[in-house]
Amino acid sequence: MSDEITVPDELKGNVFITKLSELYGWGRKYSLWPMFFGLACCAIEFMAAAAARFDTGRWGMDLARASPRQADLIVISGTVTKKMVPKIVTLYNQMAEPKYVISMGACATGGGPFKEGYNVVSGIDQFLPVDVYVPGCPPTPEGLIAGYMAVHEKIQNERINDVPWYEKDPIPKAPVPLLGGPDLIDPRHMDEIRARVRAPQSAAVGGEPEKEDA
Amino acid sequence: MAIDLGAVEAQLSTAFPGAVVEREGDWLVLDRDRLPSIATYLRDEMGFDFLTHVSASDYADHLDVVYNVYSTRPELQGPGLSFKVRVPDRVDARVPTVTTIWKSANFQEREVWDMFGIHFDGHPDLRRILLWEGFEGHPLRKDWHEPYYEEDNKPFGSRWPYPENPRPRSAEQRVHWRANVQYPQGFDPEDWDLGADYPPLFAPKVEINGIDTEPVYLNVGPHHPSTHGVFRMVVGLQGETVTNLTPVVGHLHRNHEKIGERNLWNGNIPYTDRLDYISPMYNEFAYVVAVERMLGKEVPERAEYLRVIMGELARVVNHLLTIGFQFNELGAMMTPMIYAFTEREHVLDLFEEASGARMMHNYYRIGGVYGDVSDEWLARCRKVVSRLDRKIDEFETLLTDNEIFISRSRGVGAMSWQEMVNYGVTGPVLRSAGLSYDIRRVEPYSIYESFDFEVPTYETGDVYDRYRQRIAEARQSIKILKQALNRIPATGAIMDGKNAWNVKVPDGELYSRVEHPKGELGFYLVSDGGTNPYRYHVRSECLINLAALEAMSVGHLLADAIVILGSIDITLGEVDR
Repeated sequence: MSDEITVPDELKGNVFITKLSELYGWGRKYSLWPMFFGLACCAIEFMAAAAARFDTGRWGMDLARASPRQADLIVISGTVTKKMVPKIVTLYNQMAEPKYVISMGACATGGGPFKEGYNVVSGIDQFLPVDVYVPGCPPTPEGLIAGYMAVHEKIQNERINDVPWYEKDPIPKAPVPLLGGPDLIDPRHMDEIRARVRAPQSAAVGGEPEKEDA
Repeated sequence: MAIDLGAVEAQLSTAFPGAVVEREGDWLVLDRDRLPSIATYLRDEMGFDFLTHVSASDYADHLDVVYNVYSTRPELQGPGLSFKVRVPDRVDARVPTVTTIWKSANFQEREVWDMFGIHFDGHPDLRRILLWEGFEGHPLRKDWHEPYYEEDNKPFGSRWPYPENPRPRSAEQRVHWRANVQYPQGFDPEDWDLGADYPPLFAPKVEINGIDTEPVYLNVGPHHPSTHGVFRMVVGLQGETVTNLTPVVGHLHRNHEKIGERNLWNGNIPYTDRLDYISPMYNEFAYVVAVERMLGKEVPERAEYLRVIMGELARVVNHLLTIGFQFNELGAMMTPMIYAFTEREHVLDLFEEASGARMMHNYYRIGGVYGDVSDEWLARCRKVVSRLDRKIDEFETLLTDNEIFISRSRGVGAMSWQEMVNYGVTGPVLRSAGLSYDIRRVEPYSIYESFDFEVPTYETGDVYDRYRQRIAEARQSIKILKQALNRIPATGAIMDGKNAWNVKVPDGELYSRVEHPKGELGFYLVSDGGTNPYRYHVRSECLINLAALEAMSVGHLLADAIVILGSIDITLGEVDR
């Protein structure tokens, strides 16, 4: 049997051949539904990007879904506060795989102008795996669209045979931080917090500076 | 123009001997223990029925709680009375509440408790409002420091390229957890309460008309497409009718005030942009007007015209967007909103050309504006203004007589203006109920006195009237814009003196307010003569307007409560600050 494929004359020009993975990526990247989710100022530009002038509907993204179950992409559009971050992580955990995260603007990326604030989490990447960071305060809609393009490119390059959501093992959930005590508690730090509180010599439980790197 | 403080002092001293403890500049220091009776007298006998601002300030040896009251009586509208009470005890700080006299104090006293730890005796619901129960300390006290604390004043020494800091260490490197957290001494991670901040989903059964019924509590938000951001309300429902409603705010509390006290006076201008991010230009306007009042600074005429042009463009955009969002909540999914966003783009292009930034303009300066505009810009602005004029007509054609809209909004959320005044509601919502109270008229700032415009009012204050009110106000803004664009001087300075990178403000304190598109936006500023504010407080009209949400919504359907929330027009950046 030869490897050559013969295309009948009447179908010439109508058949194209690609890899399954590419077709899979191509199909997914143009049906990326963002979550209807806004945090702060950036959310207005997120909406402006979806409105008439910038019209992200051109890439199949006009259908913003309010429910995390129906969304593929969460745009962290604004300042992440300690009071809000448990809810954001819960929303992320409620999204179905495959899912993507864009950190939009300076605040979501690293705290931005409000970084020193006592209620501000300096960057959503402490809790969520971020795929694309979009700089700006706030980013222009063009900037956000460039971020969407980067997500598209990432999706296009994912191969169907090694994506984690077809693996046997479930994908671990993001750890939901706890709020209600004196401060935000990262469950991954729980043991360390216990150890430090019990250590007799620890005078300041919070602000002890770290040794400078050599 | 200012209030006759001597006369007020004399009248108060006659009625309550020894009530006025001291006179401090433009402020009266009143007797703390007799505050409720003095406040009742101020409201009932002297006409100060409108408490708009309550806040506090921390001095090393005492705390001050400050109040600003105004009058809605036509002959007394205008400058109001500023008074404060002194709290000598920092550990057990107590002040009697004035919530029973002016309901507008409710949220503001909760905020003072949250931020300063001043206990208001007799307050009906004194819980933390912006932070969460269990938070350690009261952050706006001067001796409270956050984990990333570096220095009291900016610019921080570590940011200067001195030889002794060759490698500035980031905030994360200075804190053990590499994050913005701290745990107090004695905190036991084994034994602490996560704290349920929600009521039980089902309340005990009650019998209504012989039927056993379960009242249901429904959480709306903080992630909800109709809450305008991260706002949460806990709605008690009987069937589909709202029986009670508790707003839960603070999910976007970004510590404006703590950061603002560290910034230079100039450095706060870009932060004010991020308060109400729908109309950043007007926030800057409010702040620079406040600082200029402290400085006694004059602004060149051309700059004043530019300020008014930018501010009124922002107002038109704000009102159109609000209407767009409101129809989104009514079920006209997206179309009115996209129409409004289209108009916003036209205005943003103008802003971008003038200021360099599309959304966060940082355009106003203390004593002027950042940059001049060209004649071409003005010509384009005229075109945009006439376009907006036509577009408001288009909005009206499409929406005003819409039968579905009328049946959904007539009589929904109605409230009398007297009650709104008691709740401290300001802005278009208040005027739609029939009270003609516009700060551009009653306490003019900038050059608003020289413009010919009306203050439209409607009668019932329901959702429909609020919509018509916004349309009418947008038309008046167009009228102001047309006059301003015709009269703006062809040339002239745009800054009073040189554009100083650093401003020193003389000793003093003041509360200054402007008519923001959403209501009365005020800044309470205290200066110790230095290069940064000693106290910087934003009187957020969005937060205080929210206080009336429960009273407006009770008895309506849940779907109407969403619409009422939309018609109050909040922006969470300003609610939570």
